[in-house]
Amino acid sequence: MGDFANHMLFGWYPYLCLTVFLLGSAIRFDREQYSWRSGSSQLLRRKQLLWGSNLFHVGILIIFVGHFFGLLTPIVVFETLGIPHEAKQLLAMVVGGVAGLMCLAGLLLLLHRRLTDARIRNTSSFSDIAILYILLAQLLLGLSTIFVSAQHLDGGEMVKFMTWAQGVLTLRSDNWRIVEDVSPIFKMHLTLGMTIFLIFPFTRLVHIWSAPVWYLGRQGYQVVRTRKSIAPAE
Amino acid sequence: MKIRAQIAMVLNLDKCIGCHTCSITCKNVWTSREGVEYAWFNNVETKPGIGYPRDWENQKRWNGGWRRKADGGIEPKIGSKWRILAKIFANPDLPEIDDYYEPFTFDYEHLRTAPELEAFPTARPRSLITGERMEKIVNGPNWEEILGGEFSKRSADYNFEGVQKEMYGQFENTFMMYLPRLCEHCLNPACSASCPSGAIYKREEDGVVLIDQDKCRGWRMCVSACPYKKIYYNWASGKSEKCILCYPRLEAGMPTVCSETCVGRIRYLGVVLYDADRIEAAASVKDEKKLYSSQLEIFLDPNDPKVIAQARADGVPEPWLEAARKSPVWKMAMEWKVAFPLHPEYRTLPMVWYIPPLSPIQAAAEAGKMGMDGAMPDVRSLRIPLRYLANLLTAGDEAPVAIGLERMLAMRAYMRGKNIDGVIDEAVASKVGLTGLQIEEMYKTMAIANYEDRFVIPTTHREWAEDAYDLKGSCGFTFGNGCSEGETPSLFGGNRTPAIRKSEEVG
Repeated sequence: MGDFANHMLFGWYPYLCLTVFLLGSAIRFDREQYSWRSGSSQLLRRKQLLWGSNLFHVGILIIFVGHFFGLLTPIVVFETLGIPHEAKQLLAMVVGGVAGLMCLAGLLLLLHRRLTDARIRNTSSFSDIAILYILLAQLLLGLSTIFVSAQHLDGGEMVKFMTWAQGVLTLRSDNWRIVEDVSPIFKMHLTLGMTIFLIFPFTRLVHIWSAPVWYLGRQGYQVVRTRKSIAPAE
Repeated sequence: MKIRAQIAMVLNLDKCIGCHTCSITCKNVWTSREGVEYAWFNNVETKPGIGYPRDWENQKRWNGGWRRKADGGIEPKIGSKWRILAKIFANPDLPEIDDYYEPFTFDYEHLRTAPELEAFPTARPRSLITGERMEKIVNGPNWEEILGGEFSKRSADYNFEGVQKEMYGQFENTFMMYLPRLCEHCLNPACSASCPSGAIYKREEDGVVLIDQDKCRGWRMCVSACPYKKIYYNWASGKSEKCILCYPRLEAGMPTVCSETCVGRIRYLGVVLYDADRIEAAASVKDEKKLYSSQLEIFLDPNDPKVIAQARADGVPEPWLEAARKSPVWKMAMEWKVAFPLHPEYRTLPMVWYIPPLSPIQAAAEAGKMGMDGAMPDVRSLRIPLRYLANLLTAGDEAPVAIGLERMLAMRAYMRGKNIDGVIDEAVASKVGLTGLQIEEMYKTMAIANYEDRFVIPTTHREWAEDAYDLKGSCGFTFGNGCSEGETPSLFGGNRTPAIRKSEEVG
């Protein structure tokens, strides 16, 4: 891969994706909130969803949390805590592998259901089906990185990705050079990953922003709204 | 004490003829759209029967309503907040569309375009979801109309609990009643409690329970939590929808569409004042049979000067207090005690109440053997078993329902005496704990049922709460994304192509 391509993909592209991800989500939330929903199809067909959806979501949540903390925790934290990079890489490979397989099983069930069930197929939009294929491709790429990682267990490659991801957020100027010589599998995984951020606001994925964790903090159960604000005119 | 006002409804089942005008007018106004074809904000069911959606009263299956915990508190029967979130990816308590029915249309075009055939062309059903041919329609919002179907299936009706039901399968002993159902606009709504997004709320000013369509994320917990199954998931928009008690009409002082169009004049709308601070306690009483009386206890007397003073302090407008004093709902629920909540054992404190139906005297042919209680027949010899009505309306407590039915029988006897025989018999009235004057008022409200006696609805003064100048020229009431300035379908996705377009060729 040439310098130009590397610079484009790992220096410049992340910012395009992040901008569209954040700005697109904000604009959609502000102007098209009616379209902001999980898009559940459980009412139309229960079959395959109970297993499929649970496996998929639990798997992908573990993967998400792993990536988030794995990539964005400053390296100095691991050094202070005395966690060697080798151990962290092994943990990432094992936990990521198991969660990845869970997610894969769930995703295949969901994809099969979406494509073969007439009710679901007919009520799916292009993006509903496309996003499943994209996630499947990304998941397969992610799982195949485990075999690449197994070739070098010293954690060196992993540190590169951590440095790169944190470099994106800290606006490091020659950030793209950090990952220019990693395996093409990783490069594809990174590129597709960024692309998911790019298309995020245009798909049902926006429901991730609305994960209703605040429910646990709600005082009591009931919600009452009032619009009495001005005293009645005499 | 925190006083709030609610527009409540009473349905006089004694006069319901099951014409479905309420359902049809409601459907035409609110749910004649893609995604909610199967949603009947108002439907009329034939009882005994398993209802719509199938078996909705079976909370062992659906886990709707509230559960009283060992510590005396209550939580949604589908689970605590943690449990609800754990079910968010796939909700095990959610009905499937087949528990309602697959929405369909008919191939009307075929009637016009069919070539010359030996047999008359027919319009066969076609699914509105897939667009495919449907060979058989298997369910609907009143599938057991006039006791249709086998008794063995209909008798799965939950209200047969504690009733020797076998004999009611025989033609000679059978009984039937209609049950029109809409959202109960509960004081303690389980739907709102279980909504992880907080999109479902109760309006403080009139008690209407609404789903904020912009805030709903389609987590579907409300569908399970509502024991009356009166929340419907719109499969096209991915949002839940429910009866809105025609709030745009109520705000203008008009009755709901179902009430306005009811040809039997069975529906009543009026203001009820209640103590919002005692809701939780009232919903948590241990004995299910006490839930009816505990709900009565939080209704407040609109003629009590202390209540009036507190209501004013809590911001209830003067016209609402006046309407509360004239409320037909108050009279029927509290004064005459002829109206009862539907399934109080769900602990949601429902606010759409029902007057139980009288029925022909059981085995009247066996003349002489009929149970008589003075001039009036014994309510226990009515054709519809008392226990059945009690299971429906008072968690199985027969005594209050018996009093209600006796008072209705007394009203008939008293008015028959007055109009036919020219005799005013105060004894008939006092026997059921009423006065002749009260019976005359009951008669005026329940039998004559003039428009102004049925609907006492104060207008909502929106202009007191919002700046009318800002509202000028703004978006009024629309469906779906109607108020968005964006194009639909927009960049962010929008309506898919419907399964069946009007002009499509059919075969």
